[in-house]
Amino acid sequence: MAFFTSFLAGLVFGLGLIVSGMANPAKVLGFLDLGGRWDPSLAFVMAGAIAVGAVAFAVARRRTQSLLGAAMRLPSLQSIDRRLVIGSVVFGIGWGIAGFCPGPALVAVGMGQAKALVFVIAMLAGMGVFEWLEGRKEAKHERENRSKASHRGRPSRRAH
Amino acid sequence: MTIDWPSFTPWTALAGGVLVGTATAMFLLLNGRIAGISGIVGGLLRLATGDVAWRVAFIAGLVVAPMVYALYTDWPRPQIEAGYGTLVLAGLLVGVGTRYAAGCTSGHGVCGLSRLSPRSLAATAVFMGAGFLTVFLMRHLLSF
Repeated sequence: MAFFTSFLAGLVFGLGLIVSGMANPAKVLGFLDLGGRWDPSLAFVMAGAIAVGAVAFAVARRRTQSLLGAAMRLPSLQSIDRRLVIGSVVFGIGWGIAGFCPGPALVAVGMGQAKALVFVIAMLAGMGVFEWLEGRKEAKHERENRSKASHRGRPSRRAH
Repeated sequence: MTIDWPSFTPWTALAGGVLVGTATAMFLLLNGRIAGISGIVGGLLRLATGDVAWRVAFIAGLVVAPMVYALYTDWPRPQIEAGYGTLVLAGLLVGVGTRYAAGCTSGHGVCGLSRLSPRSLAATAVFMGAGFLTVFLMRHLLSF
């Protein structure tokens, strides 16, 4: 059931992106081009989505389980840190140079656009780079913890 | 700033937005999860987690949406002006950036703002600002 509702949510999301025109990078760039002839449409997409979303989140906040009995997973992170800001800058630059963000790019792949497929493959590679860097960072932490423990003369059991 | 009136489509934009919001609401209230596309896709690369099926199902929904839409009427052909090299660079930046920021236009922009998260508001302000600046530089200063 969770599998099916997940598919349905993706489908409705994708239909929304097509109806709103956001699956078209030229239209997204029209919104981002404040200095030229500006197309405010994207702001209206956000407004429509947030109006519905706000109601759903208000309901979700009072629940610990979803209607299908799954755990309600609301984000717990609140920090506005360097990772968030630098990550958002990098994302914004990528969004600005081609007009694609992840959702619309996947919908455009479904429209048979080879260029969208190239973007999505590069995006997956970028996400892979992130996972690789995160893995290296974790491995480094673990090594440091282990060497600290051995300097103290007792092996740490927790590091394993 | 001049408004591009012929391109501006407030009603279909609002209607499409309501659909996106409805999908977000469904996913939240039925599956208990945030409909953040970069997180759903990026999580696939973490093979250890073992929650591949629902991620693939959501992505499949996005990809087949044009085919379902086509049952009703033809979808407008997307205009992708960027060349292949630019698209590769853009994809890499979007991939790395959204994972470090832990969200994109959907996770921070739609879901985060819907639940009034200051962290998501900051992320959205920063990526939109960077997007505005990038387009300004490319179209008006460097004129690519």
